[in-house]
Amino acid sequence: MAKNIWVFCEQRDGQLQSVALELIGVARELAEKTGEKVCAALLGHKITDKAAELVAYGADEVHVVDDACLEKFVTEQYAQAVTALAKKYEPSVILFGATSIGRDLAPRLSARLKTGLTADCTKLEMDEEGNLFMTRPAFGGNLFATIICPDHRPQMSTVRPGVMKKLERDDARQGEVVVESIEFDTAKFAVKVVDEVRSIQCAVNIEEAKLLVACGRGLKDVKPAYTVAEKLGGSVASSRALVDAGIMDHCSQVGQTGKTVRPEAYLAFGISGAIQHLAGMEESEYIVAVNTDKNAPIFKVANLGIVSDAAAVMKNIEKLL
Amino acid sequence: MKIIVCIKQVPNTTEIKIDPVTNTLKRDGVPSIINPDDKTAVEAAIQLKEKHGATVTVITMGPPQAEKALREALAMGADEAFLITDRVFAGSDTLATSTIIAAAIKKLGADVVFCGRQAIDGDTAQVGPQIAEHLGVPQITYAAAIDYDAAREVLTVKRQFEDRYQTLEVSGQCLITILSTLDKPRYMNVWDIVDQDEKEVGLITYKDIEENLNLADIGLKGSPTKVKSTATKQFDKTIETVELDPETAAKTIVDALKARHLI
Repeated sequence: MAKNIWVFCEQRDGQLQSVALELIGVARELAEKTGEKVCAALLGHKITDKAAELVAYGADEVHVVDDACLEKFVTEQYAQAVTALAKKYEPSVILFGATSIGRDLAPRLSARLKTGLTADCTKLEMDEEGNLFMTRPAFGGNLFATIICPDHRPQMSTVRPGVMKKLERDDARQGEVVVESIEFDTAKFAVKVVDEVRSIQCAVNIEEAKLLVACGRGLKDVKPAYTVAEKLGGSVASSRALVDAGIMDHCSQVGQTGKTVRPEAYLAFGISGAIQHLAGMEESEYIVAVNTDKNAPIFKVANLGIVSDAAAVMKNIEKLL
Repeated sequence: MKIIVCIKQVPNTTEIKIDPVTNTLKRDGVPSIINPDDKTAVEAAIQLKEKHGATVTVITMGPPQAEKALREALAMGADEAFLITDRVFAGSDTLATSTIIAAAIKKLGADVVFCGRQAIDGDTAQVGPQIAEHLGVPQITYAAAIDYDAAREVLTVKRQFEDRYQTLEVSGQCLITILSTLDKPRYMNVWDIVDQDEKEVGLITYKDIEENLNLADIGLKGSPTKVKSTATKQFDKTIETVELDPETAAKTIVDALKARHLI
């Protein structure tokens, strides 16, 4: 019988991704309901030493697949490894981060394992029978749907990064590390990685910033935002409009098709606040919005809303700091 | 090269509004469009055809009115189009949908399948990779650029991640999901608009693909996921909106951040 809550723990360049720890956090909550275990699947090359960190964040078991073919993410290699683990252990649930890796791998696996998959969940709950209730936004965040997968196991879901909370790290926590050996069918490795280049503009991860200065269409020039952000000890984020216009990089985009952030302070300058944008930032602790249009939807979620010219306000803040 | 492009007709979600009284989506009068990522996928296929020679077949699964999306793709320069439609397909989730579309692709035959990365109504990005698995072909998702080396018969794809790009190579059959940022879709060509009027949009129903399809795997019954409930969004923040000159506004913001020990 299917049992235990599994988490696909994403790493890049040997670094565990924040979303992996967040998923272990939510998996712990789900596991409490049914008395099951939280099992982490850690795939990569030379990453076995990261297993202890996963235990410290709440995993009961860490299953490590360490193989040279997993050094860089390629769908088929990773799909074979997770499939092997899923067949061996029959998980009740497998969670993935809704990242460009999780959203590539999870649907491939759902078809391979012939089970359901719910994308981009923002809330997960479990009943005593082990049924997972997966809530996700649809229609650009206008609607929320709760999805179940009653007759198939594993129940699979990708979960938005930044939405779930990781537990406090506790290095005294005990857990079991199992090193798995997998027989890969290398004949199926049809995609070759020729090159991998880190994008420079993405050096800052806005999901981890405590304060964000977010720029929208209402700003003609985004340079002052970088100065202000630096002085405030934060980072610069962007609405989709400026990404589409080629002014900001995609990795700074907040919203439905960008990132979900919840910094302690979110300062929105010249952002009108389409529902897709609000979906990515409304959980921020304290929201300040500056916009010339007093009917802009951003004011619906702002703690402090100011009707004024965003660029001029930005300039004045720069003077004050 | 035979390219099949999978497209979806979607409501233009940027124009969807919530009815403040009933708290439901107002879809009346919301125009239907080709999903943006899918439209770029059509563009990418036509570009390959222009450079290297290929046939471009566009398919969609949906109700009869989805033919309009196919006609638009034909007017962009696609060679042929098929509408996959049947009452037994209704209620399919992503897995069941991908099962049906994969069966249609098997029937039509393809060297390369293009999909959009994700559709703006569901945002799942699942159907493409699921089709690839059913077909047993490799997938490359989040394609930001595609190039074909005819001499080596290799497709080179620039694959976007949040923090990096990969350059990937694949030869033989494959499925690629495409980002709308890859290129701007062309406008419909006047001659192609006239031509497409004369083209037939083919129909694919359950009967046409039943040899590749099991009734138990499609429709509402064949869908592992079920919608339990839906809800609309509620906002419950304390709101304070004031009109201020830029100087006072700046001071108000800095004071507020300091008062909360945020700076």
